[in-house]
Amino acid sequence: MIAVGRRQILISGLFLWLFAAVGTTLVALTEFGTSDAIVENERRVLLRNLYALLPRDRLDNDIAADTLELPPSTLLGTEEASKAYRARLQGKPVAVVFNSVAPDGYNGRIYLLVGVYVDGSLAGVRVVRHAETPGLGDGIEIRKSSWIKGFDGKSLTNPDTSDWRVRRDGGEFDQLSGATITPRAVVAAVRNTLLYYLQNADMIFD
Amino acid sequence: MTNNNEIIRNGLWGNNVALVQLLGLCPLLAVTSTVINGVGLGIATLITLVLSNTIVSLIRGFVRKEVRLPVFVLIIASVVTIIELGMKALFYDLYLVLGIFIPLIVTNCAIIGRAEGFASRNPVGPAALDGLMMGMGFLGVLALLGGLREIVGFGTLFANAHLMFGAAAKSLTIHLNQDYPGFLLAVLPPGAFFGLALLIGAKNWLDLRPQEKTETAEPLAEGA
Repeated sequence: MIAVGRRQILISGLFLWLFAAVGTTLVALTEFGTSDAIVENERRVLLRNLYALLPRDRLDNDIAADTLELPPSTLLGTEEASKAYRARLQGKPVAVVFNSVAPDGYNGRIYLLVGVYVDGSLAGVRVVRHAETPGLGDGIEIRKSSWIKGFDGKSLTNPDTSDWRVRRDGGEFDQLSGATITPRAVVAAVRNTLLYYLQNADMIFD
Repeated sequence: MTNNNEIIRNGLWGNNVALVQLLGLCPLLAVTSTVINGVGLGIATLITLVLSNTIVSLIRGFVRKEVRLPVFVLIIASVVTIIELGMKALFYDLYLVLGIFIPLIVTNCAIIGRAEGFASRNPVGPAALDGLMMGMGFLGVLALLGGLREIVGFGTLFANAHLMFGAAAKSLTIHLNQDYPGFLLAVLPPGAFFGLALLIGAKNWLDLRPQEKTETAEPLAEGA
Protein backbone atom coordinates (compact mmCIF):
# COMPACT_ATOMS: atom_id res chain seq x y z
CA MET A 1 0.00 0.00 0.00
CA ILE A 2 1.29 3.40 -0.87
CA ALA A 3 1.00 5.83 1.99
CA VAL A 4 -0.13 9.24 0.84
CA GLY A 5 0.79 11.42 3.78
CA ARG A 6 2.21 14.79 2.92
CA ARG A 7 5.39 13.85 4.73
CA GLN A 8 5.86 10.71 2.63
CA ILE A 9 5.36 12.63 -0.57
CA LEU A 10 7.93 15.16 0.52
CA ILE A 11 10.48 12.49 1.44
CA SER A 12 9.95 10.65 -1.83
CA GLY A 13 10.28 13.86 -3.77
CA LEU A 14 13.48 14.76 -1.98
CA PHE A 15 14.83 11.27 -2.56
CA LEU A 16 14.12 11.51 -6.27
CA TRP A 17 15.67 14.96 -6.35
CA LEU A 18 18.76 13.63 -4.62
CA PHE A 19 19.22 10.93 -7.21
CA ALA A 20 18.68 13.33 -10.05
CA ALA A 21 21.33 15.60 -8.55
CA VAL A 22 23.84 12.78 -8.04
CA GLY A 23 23.23 11.37 -11.53
CA THR A 24 23.54 14.76 -13.18
CA THR A 25 26.72 15.51 -11.25
CA LEU A 26 28.32 12.24 -12.34
CA VAL A 27 27.37 12.81 -15.97
CA ALA A 28 28.67 16.37 -15.81
CA LEU A 29 31.97 15.20 -14.33
CA THR A 30 32.36 12.57 -17.04
CA GLU A 31 31.53 15.15 -19.67
CA PHE A 32 34.18 17.41 -18.18
CA GLY A 33 36.74 14.60 -18.18
CA THR A 34 36.08 13.40 -21.73
CA SER A 35 35.22 16.55 -23.65
CA ASP A 36 38.80 17.27 -24.74
CA ALA A 37 39.28 13.76 -26.09
CA ILE A 38 35.91 13.89 -27.86
CA VAL A 39 36.65 17.23 -29.52
CA GLU A 40 40.03 15.84 -30.58
CA ASN A 41 38.39 12.71 -32.01
CA GLU A 42 35.86 14.74 -33.95
CA ARG A 43 38.64 16.90 -35.32
CA ARG A 44 40.69 13.84 -36.29
CA VAL A 45 37.77 12.30 -38.19
CA LEU A 46 37.01 15.64 -39.85
CA LEU A 47 40.63 16.06 -40.95
CA ARG A 48 40.70 12.48 -42.24
CA ASN A 49 37.61 13.22 -44.34
CA LEU A 50 38.96 16.54 -45.61
CA TYR A 51 42.39 15.14 -46.50
CA ALA A 52 40.65 12.35 -48.40
CA LEU A 53 39.36 15.06 -50.73
CA LEU A 54 42.35 17.38 -50.88
CA PRO A 55 45.92 16.16 -51.27
CA ARG A 56 47.92 17.36 -48.28
CA ASP A 57 50.52 19.10 -50.40
CA ARG A 58 47.90 21.34 -51.95
CA LEU A 59 47.28 23.25 -48.73
CA ASP A 60 49.20 24.48 -45.72
CA ASN A 61 46.57 26.12 -43.54
CA ASP A 62 44.64 24.62 -40.65
CA ILE A 63 41.66 23.69 -42.79
CA ALA A 64 39.57 22.39 -39.90
CA ALA A 65 39.79 25.82 -38.26
CA ASP A 66 39.45 27.98 -41.38
CA THR A 67 35.69 27.66 -41.54
CA LEU A 68 32.87 29.69 -42.89
CA GLU A 69 29.30 29.60 -41.65
CA LEU A 70 26.88 29.37 -44.58
CA PRO A 71 23.18 30.19 -44.23
CA PRO A 72 20.61 27.52 -45.18
CA SER A 73 20.49 27.09 -48.94
CA THR A 74 18.36 25.06 -51.31
CA LEU A 75 21.35 24.52 -53.59
CA LEU A 76 23.34 22.99 -50.74
CA GLY A 77 20.23 21.15 -49.58
CA THR A 78 20.73 22.53 -46.09
CA GLU A 79 17.92 23.58 -43.81
CA GLU A 80 20.21 24.90 -41.14
CA ALA A 81 23.42 26.86 -41.22
CA SER A 82 26.28 24.68 -42.47
CA LYS A 83 30.04 24.87 -42.31
CA ALA A 84 32.42 25.15 -45.22
CA TYR A 85 36.17 24.53 -44.84
CA ARG A 86 38.66 26.64 -46.75
CA ALA A 87 41.99 25.34 -47.98
CA ARG A 88 44.79 27.80 -48.70
CA LEU A 89 48.38 27.52 -49.80
CA GLN A 90 50.64 30.34 -48.63
CA GLY A 91 47.56 32.42 -47.98
CA LYS A 92 46.10 31.94 -51.46
CA PRO A 93 42.71 30.23 -51.76
CA VAL A 94 42.98 26.70 -53.11
CA ALA A 95 39.68 24.98 -52.50
CA VAL A 96 36.57 24.94 -50.37
CA VAL A 97 34.83 21.92 -48.91
CA PHE A 98 31.06 22.13 -48.48
CA ASN A 99 28.77 20.13 -46.25
CA SER A 100 26.00 19.40 -48.76
CA VAL A 101 22.85 17.36 -48.42
CA ALA A 102 21.08 15.34 -51.07
CA PRO A 103 17.55 15.62 -49.67
CA ASP A 104 16.00 13.01 -51.95
CA GLY A 105 17.89 9.79 -51.34
CA TYR A 106 16.04 6.48 -51.40
CA ASN A 107 15.98 6.42 -47.61
CA GLY A 108 16.06 10.08 -46.69
CA ARG A 109 18.93 12.50 -46.70
CA ILE A 110 22.44 11.75 -47.88
CA TYR A 111 25.10 13.91 -46.25
CA LEU A 112 28.06 14.77 -48.45
CA LEU A 113 31.38 16.52 -48.28
CA VAL A 114 32.01 18.23 -51.60
CA GLY A 115 35.44 19.68 -52.31
CA VAL A 116 35.62 22.38 -54.98
CA TYR A 117 38.85 23.95 -56.28
CA VAL A 118 38.85 27.72 -56.86
CA ASP A 119 38.53 27.15 -60.61
CA GLY A 120 35.17 25.43 -60.07
CA SER A 121 36.37 21.87 -60.67
CA LEU A 122 35.68 19.13 -58.16
CA ALA A 123 38.43 17.99 -55.84
CA GLY A 124 36.21 15.11 -54.84
CA VAL A 125 33.06 14.01 -53.11
CA ARG A 126 32.56 11.74 -50.11
CA VAL A 127 29.44 10.46 -48.42
CA VAL A 128 29.48 11.24 -44.73
CA ARG A 129 26.20 9.71 -43.63
CA HIS A 130 23.30 7.99 -45.35
CA ALA A 131 20.66 5.34 -44.85
CA GLU A 132 20.60 3.87 -48.36
CA THR A 133 19.97 0.18 -48.95
CA PRO A 134 22.96 -1.99 -48.04
CA GLY A 135 24.30 -3.79 -51.08
CA LEU A 136 22.54 -1.51 -53.55
CA GLY A 137 22.48 2.21 -52.80
CA ASP A 138 25.41 2.08 -50.41
CA GLY A 139 27.75 1.77 -53.38
CA ILE A 140 28.04 5.54 -53.01
CA GLU A 141 30.31 4.86 -50.02
CA ILE A 142 33.98 4.82 -50.87
CA ARG A 143 34.36 1.65 -48.77
CA LYS A 144 31.92 -0.20 -51.00
CA SER A 145 32.73 1.02 -54.49
CA SER A 146 34.73 3.64 -56.31
CA TRP A 147 31.64 5.15 -57.91
CA ILE A 148 31.97 8.39 -55.95
CA LYS A 149 35.43 8.95 -57.46
CA GLY A 150 33.72 9.49 -60.81
CA PHE A 151 33.21 13.09 -59.73
CA ASP A 152 36.91 13.89 -59.39
CA GLY A 153 37.93 16.70 -61.73
CA LYS A 154 34.41 17.25 -63.05
CA SER A 155 32.94 20.74 -63.27
CA LEU A 156 29.85 22.47 -64.64
CA THR A 157 31.49 22.72 -68.07
CA ASN A 158 32.79 19.16 -67.97
CA PRO A 159 30.30 17.70 -68.64
CA ASP A 160 27.79 20.40 -69.56
CA THR A 161 25.21 21.22 -66.94
CA SER A 162 22.54 19.43 -68.96
CA ASP A 163 24.58 16.20 -68.81
CA TRP A 164 24.79 16.23 -65.02
CA ARG A 165 22.45 13.28 -64.75
CA VAL A 166 22.76 9.54 -64.47
CA ARG A 167 22.91 7.60 -67.73
CA ARG A 168 19.36 6.35 -67.45
CA ASP A 169 18.20 9.97 -67.52
CA GLY A 170 20.36 10.71 -70.54
CA GLY A 171 23.35 12.10 -68.64
CA GLU A 172 27.04 11.36 -68.14
CA PHE A 173 27.15 9.57 -64.81
CA ASP A 174 26.90 5.85 -64.16
CA GLN A 175 24.14 4.61 -61.99
CA LEU A 176 24.83 1.83 -59.54
CA SER A 177 23.52 -1.56 -60.56
CA GLY A 178 20.12 -2.00 -59.01
CA ALA A 179 19.97 1.53 -57.68
CA THR A 180 19.11 4.64 -59.66
CA ILE A 181 17.43 6.85 -57.12
CA THR A 182 20.48 7.08 -54.86
CA PRO A 183 23.02 8.10 -57.55
CA ARG A 184 20.45 10.44 -59.10
CA ALA A 185 20.15 12.24 -55.77
CA VAL A 186 23.91 12.45 -55.28
CA VAL A 187 24.58 13.70 -58.82
CA ALA A 188 21.95 16.42 -58.44
CA ALA A 189 23.33 17.45 -55.04
CA VAL A 190 26.90 17.71 -56.36
CA ARG A 191 25.75 19.71 -59.37
CA ASN A 192 23.81 22.08 -57.12
CA THR A 193 26.82 22.49 -54.87
CA LEU A 194 28.91 23.53 -57.87
CA LEU A 195 26.20 26.01 -58.84
CA TYR A 196 26.24 27.36 -55.31
CA TYR A 197 29.99 27.78 -55.51
CA LEU A 198 29.75 29.67 -58.83
CA GLN A 199 27.12 32.02 -57.42
CA ASN A 200 28.95 32.64 -54.16
CA ALA A 201 32.65 32.30 -55.00
CA ASP A 202 33.39 35.93 -54.14
CA MET A 203 31.85 35.69 -50.71
CA ILE A 204 33.51 32.38 -49.82
CA PHE A 205 37.11 33.59 -49.86
CA ASP A 206 36.42 37.07 -48.51
CA MET B 1 17.21 -18.79 -2.46
CA THR B 2 19.27 -17.99 -5.53
CA ASN B 3 22.68 -19.51 -5.67
CA ASN B 4 25.44 -18.45 -8.00
CA ASN B 5 25.26 -21.43 -10.32
CA GLU B 6 21.61 -20.82 -10.91
CA ILE B 7 22.27 -17.14 -11.66
CA ILE B 8 24.96 -18.08 -14.15
CA ARG B 9 22.82 -20.70 -15.87
CA ASN B 10 19.81 -18.42 -16.02
CA GLY B 11 21.74 -15.51 -17.46
CA LEU B 12 23.62 -17.43 -20.10
CA TRP B 13 21.00 -19.94 -21.09
CA GLY B 14 17.83 -20.74 -19.15
CA ASN B 15 16.47 -17.22 -18.98
CA ASN B 16 18.60 -15.64 -21.71
CA VAL B 17 17.62 -12.02 -22.31
CA ALA B 18 17.50 -12.30 -26.08
CA LEU B 19 16.47 -15.91 -26.66
CA VAL B 20 14.00 -16.52 -23.83
CA GLN B 21 12.88 -13.18 -22.43
CA LEU B 22 13.01 -11.65 -25.92
CA LEU B 23 13.96 -8.24 -24.51
CA GLY B 24 16.04 -5.54 -26.11
CA LEU B 25 15.13 -6.70 -29.60
CA CYS B 26 15.31 -3.24 -31.17
CA PRO B 27 19.08 -2.83 -30.80
CA LEU B 28 19.59 -6.58 -31.14
CA LEU B 29 17.98 -6.72 -34.56
CA ALA B 30 19.25 -3.36 -35.75
CA VAL B 31 22.99 -3.52 -35.13
CA THR B 32 23.84 -7.17 -35.67
CA SER B 33 24.88 -6.88 -39.29
CA THR B 34 28.46 -7.76 -38.30
CA VAL B 35 30.17 -9.46 -35.34
CA ILE B 36 32.01 -6.31 -34.33
CA ASN B 37 28.87 -4.17 -34.25
CA GLY B 38 27.13 -6.82 -32.18
CA VAL B 39 30.03 -7.17 -29.76
CA GLY B 40 30.36 -3.39 -29.42
CA LEU B 41 26.74 -2.95 -28.42
CA GLY B 42 26.86 -6.13 -26.34
CA ILE B 43 29.77 -4.89 -24.23
CA ALA B 44 28.11 -1.51 -23.69
CA THR B 45 24.90 -3.25 -22.62
CA LEU B 46 26.82 -5.61 -20.35
CA ILE B 47 28.60 -2.78 -18.55
CA THR B 48 25.29 -0.99 -18.15
CA LEU B 49 23.66 -4.08 -16.69
CA VAL B 50 26.44 -4.73 -14.18
CA LEU B 51 26.59 -1.11 -13.02
CA SER B 52 22.84 -0.57 -12.83
CA ASN B 53 22.27 -3.87 -11.03
CA THR B 54 25.04 -3.09 -8.55
CA ILE B 55 23.82 0.42 -7.82
CA VAL B 56 20.17 -0.63 -7.58
CA SER B 57 21.10 -3.41 -5.18
CA LEU B 58 23.17 -1.03 -3.04
CA ILE B 59 20.30 1.39 -2.60
CA ARG B 60 17.56 -1.22 -2.36
CA GLY B 61 17.35 -0.81 1.43
CA PHE B 62 16.34 2.80 1.46
CA VAL B 63 14.82 3.57 -1.90
CA ARG B 64 11.14 4.31 -1.43
CA LYS B 65 8.74 2.04 -3.18
CA GLU B 66 6.71 4.84 -4.77
CA VAL B 67 9.67 6.38 -6.54
CA ARG B 68 11.78 3.30 -7.20
CA LEU B 69 11.08 3.08 -10.93
CA PRO B 70 11.99 6.72 -11.67
CA VAL B 71 15.10 6.25 -9.54
CA PHE B 72 16.07 3.13 -11.52
CA VAL B 73 15.52 4.98 -14.78
CA LEU B 74 17.69 7.84 -13.52
CA ILE B 75 20.47 5.43 -12.58
CA ILE B 76 20.33 3.62 -15.91
CA ALA B 77 20.20 6.86 -17.90
CA SER B 78 23.21 8.25 -16.03
CA VAL B 79 25.21 5.06 -16.51
CA VAL B 80 24.41 4.92 -20.22
CA THR B 81 25.28 8.57 -20.76
CA ILE B 82 28.61 8.05 -19.01
CA ILE B 83 29.32 5.00 -21.18
CA GLU B 84 28.38 6.94 -24.29
CA LEU B 85 30.79 9.74 -23.39
CA GLY B 86 33.52 7.22 -22.61
CA MET B 87 32.98 5.50 -25.91
CA LYS B 88 33.13 8.79 -27.79
CA ALA B 89 36.41 9.54 -26.06
CA LEU B 90 38.01 6.11 -26.48
CA PHE B 91 36.40 4.33 -29.45
CA TYR B 92 35.14 7.17 -31.59
CA ASP B 93 35.03 5.19 -34.83
CA LEU B 94 32.98 2.45 -33.25
CA TYR B 95 30.74 5.12 -31.79
CA LEU B 96 30.17 6.45 -35.30
CA VAL B 97 29.03 2.99 -36.38
CA LEU B 98 26.78 2.20 -33.43
CA GLY B 99 25.43 5.74 -33.42
CA ILE B 100 22.05 6.10 -31.85
CA PHE B 101 21.93 2.61 -30.43
CA ILE B 102 24.09 3.52 -27.46
CA PRO B 103 21.64 6.04 -25.99
CA LEU B 104 18.90 3.55 -26.83
CA ILE B 105 20.36 1.12 -24.29
CA VAL B 106 18.38 3.18 -21.78
CA THR B 107 15.20 1.85 -23.34
CA ASN B 108 16.38 -1.76 -23.32
CA CYS B 109 13.72 -3.36 -21.12
CA ALA B 110 16.17 -6.04 -20.07
CA ILE B 111 18.02 -3.52 -17.93
CA ILE B 112 15.11 -2.11 -15.95
CA GLY B 113 13.70 -5.62 -15.91
CA ARG B 114 16.76 -6.94 -14.07
CA ALA B 115 16.86 -3.89 -11.82
CA GLU B 116 13.26 -4.33 -10.74
CA GLY B 117 13.02 -8.11 -10.97
CA PHE B 118 16.33 -9.12 -9.44
CA ALA B 119 18.70 -6.43 -8.22
CA SER B 120 16.16 -4.63 -6.03
CA ARG B 121 15.55 -7.86 -4.08
CA ASN B 122 19.04 -9.33 -3.80
CA PRO B 123 22.37 -8.44 -2.19
CA VAL B 124 25.08 -6.73 -4.18
CA GLY B 125 27.14 -9.83 -5.02
CA PRO B 126 24.38 -11.84 -6.68
CA ALA B 127 22.97 -8.68 -8.29
CA ALA B 128 26.28 -7.82 -9.94
CA LEU B 129 26.73 -11.45 -11.01
CA ASP B 130 23.23 -11.47 -12.43
CA GLY B 131 23.99 -8.32 -14.41
CA LEU B 132 27.22 -9.81 -15.69
CA MET B 133 25.63 -13.08 -16.71
CA MET B 134 22.53 -11.55 -18.28
CA GLY B 135 24.87 -9.18 -20.11
CA MET B 136 27.05 -12.05 -21.32
CA GLY B 137 24.01 -13.96 -22.47
CA PHE B 138 22.86 -10.94 -24.46
CA LEU B 139 26.37 -10.28 -25.76
CA GLY B 140 26.69 -13.89 -26.86
CA VAL B 141 23.50 -13.75 -28.89
CA LEU B 142 24.49 -10.41 -30.42
CA ALA B 143 27.86 -11.82 -31.46
CA LEU B 144 26.38 -15.06 -32.76
CA LEU B 145 23.64 -13.33 -34.74
CA GLY B 146 26.16 -10.80 -36.02
CA GLY B 147 28.47 -13.61 -37.12
CA LEU B 148 25.67 -15.48 -38.81
CA ARG B 149 24.51 -12.45 -40.76
CA GLU B 150 28.03 -11.31 -41.59
CA ILE B 151 29.03 -14.71 -43.00
CA VAL B 152 25.87 -15.13 -45.02
CA GLY B 153 25.51 -11.49 -46.01
CA PHE B 154 29.09 -10.43 -46.74
CA GLY B 155 31.12 -13.63 -46.64
CA THR B 156 33.44 -12.16 -44.00
CA LEU B 157 33.98 -12.41 -40.26
CA PHE B 158 35.33 -9.74 -37.90
CA ALA B 159 35.27 -7.04 -40.57
CA ASN B 160 36.07 -3.61 -39.10
CA ALA B 161 37.66 -5.16 -36.02
CA HIS B 162 40.05 -2.19 -36.02
CA LEU B 163 37.17 0.03 -34.92
CA MET B 164 37.35 -1.66 -31.56
CA PHE B 165 40.84 -3.09 -31.24
CA GLY B 166 42.95 -0.57 -33.12
CA ALA B 167 44.75 -0.73 -36.45
CA ALA B 168 46.56 -3.94 -35.56
CA ALA B 169 43.27 -5.81 -35.66
CA LYS B 170 42.72 -5.12 -39.36
CA SER B 171 44.27 -8.48 -40.17
CA LEU B 172 41.65 -10.20 -38.01
CA THR B 173 39.14 -9.97 -40.81
CA ILE B 174 38.49 -13.33 -42.36
CA HIS B 175 37.34 -13.47 -45.96
CA LEU B 176 35.74 -16.85 -46.40
CA ASN B 177 35.63 -16.61 -50.15
CA GLN B 178 37.01 -13.70 -52.16
CA ASP B 179 34.40 -14.07 -54.91
CA TYR B 180 31.43 -14.36 -52.57
CA PRO B 181 28.75 -12.15 -54.10
CA GLY B 182 27.05 -11.44 -50.77
CA PHE B 183 23.49 -12.23 -49.81
CA LEU B 184 21.70 -8.98 -49.22
CA LEU B 185 18.71 -10.37 -47.36
CA ALA B 186 20.85 -11.45 -44.43
CA VAL B 187 22.06 -7.89 -43.86
CA LEU B 188 18.66 -6.26 -44.27
CA PRO B 189 16.18 -6.25 -41.35
CA PRO B 190 14.39 -9.45 -42.43
CA GLY B 191 17.70 -11.28 -42.11
CA ALA B 192 17.84 -10.22 -38.48
CA PHE B 193 14.42 -11.71 -37.80
CA PHE B 194 15.21 -14.94 -39.64
CA GLY B 195 18.56 -15.22 -37.87
CA LEU B 196 17.07 -14.65 -34.42
CA ALA B 197 14.29 -17.12 -35.16
CA LEU B 198 16.85 -19.74 -36.15
CA LEU B 199 18.83 -19.13 -32.94
CA ILE B 200 15.71 -19.40 -30.78
CA GLY B 201 14.72 -22.56 -32.64
CA ALA B 202 18.19 -24.02 -32.15
CA LYS B 203 18.11 -23.25 -28.43
CA ASN B 204 14.71 -24.85 -27.98
CA TRP B 205 15.82 -27.87 -29.98
CA LEU B 206 18.88 -28.26 -27.76
CA ASP B 207 16.74 -27.90 -24.63
CA LEU B 208 14.22 -30.49 -25.72
CA ARG B 209 16.57 -33.02 -27.23
CA PRO B 210 17.73 -35.13 -24.28
CA GLN B 211 14.86 -37.21 -22.93
CA GLU B 212 16.04 -37.75 -19.39
CA LYS B 213 17.57 -34.49 -18.35
CA THR B 214 18.00 -32.65 -15.13
CA GLU B 215 14.97 -30.86 -13.83
CA THR B 216 14.86 -27.45 -15.51
CA ALA B 217 15.31 -24.74 -12.97
CA GLU B 218 12.29 -22.54 -12.47
CA PRO B 219 12.99 -19.36 -14.34
CA LEU B 220 13.47 -16.34 -12.14
CA ALA B 221 10.85 -13.64 -12.06
CA GLU B 222 10.33 -12.59 -15.65
CA GLY B 223 11.57 -9.09 -16.39
CA ALA B 224 8.96 -6.61 -17.45
